[in-house]
Amino acid sequence: MSGEPMARPPRFAIGAEVRIDTRAAIGHCRSPWYLRGHVGHVVGIQGCYRDPERLAYHRPGLPARVLYKVRFSQRDLWTDYQGDTGDQLEADIYEHWLTPATEQADA
Amino acid sequence: MVDPVPRTELRAQFGGRAVHDVGGLDLGPIDFGEHDLALWEKRVDAMLILLIGPKKGAFKIDAMRRVIEDYGEQQYDATTYYEKWVRAIRNLLLEQGIVDDAELAAALADARAAFAAEGRAMAAGDVPDDRAGRRA
Repeated sequence: MSGEPMARPPRFAIGAEVRIDTRAAIGHCRSPWYLRGHVGHVVGIQGCYRDPERLAYHRPGLPARVLYKVRFSQRDLWTDYQGDTGDQLEADIYEHWLTPATEQADA
Repeated sequence: MVDPVPRTELRAQFGGRAVHDVGGLDLGPIDFGEHDLALWEKRVDAMLILLIGPKKGAFKIDAMRRVIEDYGEQQYDATTYYEKWVRAIRNLLLEQGIVDDAELAAALADARAAFAAEGRAMAAGDVPDDRAGRRA
């Protein structure tokens, strides 16, 4: 997968606590429903890529978006989770779907 | 060419979830069995790789995802993996003006005639035209 050069520094650093936005997306987006509103932390900065939400409609996909690897606790995601307390889930999430965890989620 | 408009097909009774976005829902057991791919499925796979490759660049894989996500719930659930692919490829070739309706109809008629001449059965009738705004 070929990325784009970073146009500006990433908004979030490794270790930052982030919340997945809860907005309703119209059209193609790559942030799964089960993560929306949940808090995880950044464990990787994957690069900068053209925006799939625009590429999906034959647009150039600019501005390119920083893509993060975000780690969640499985126990936080699923109320009935029966697995080990240390179980984790990682997902690649674009920057425009992330807010600082300290900010309240949208109603 | 058709200018695609963002829209979202929601899955009934599951809040604002889009049709495909079913992670975490209890939708019954998952079949983990392996199975051989049919020749047509391998051809569809090859066709997609060629279409999205740098030489042809007919569309981005994200557009493919979008078209599949735009299937209504009924059609999304009723079609197999490569059925989704081949329908999406068909829709995108029409959407991008790479193939037009008349060319597609002619190619299908030729295929039907060739099959008939060999005494082979052709799968079901027309695949529903599920391009944006055209679904009945």
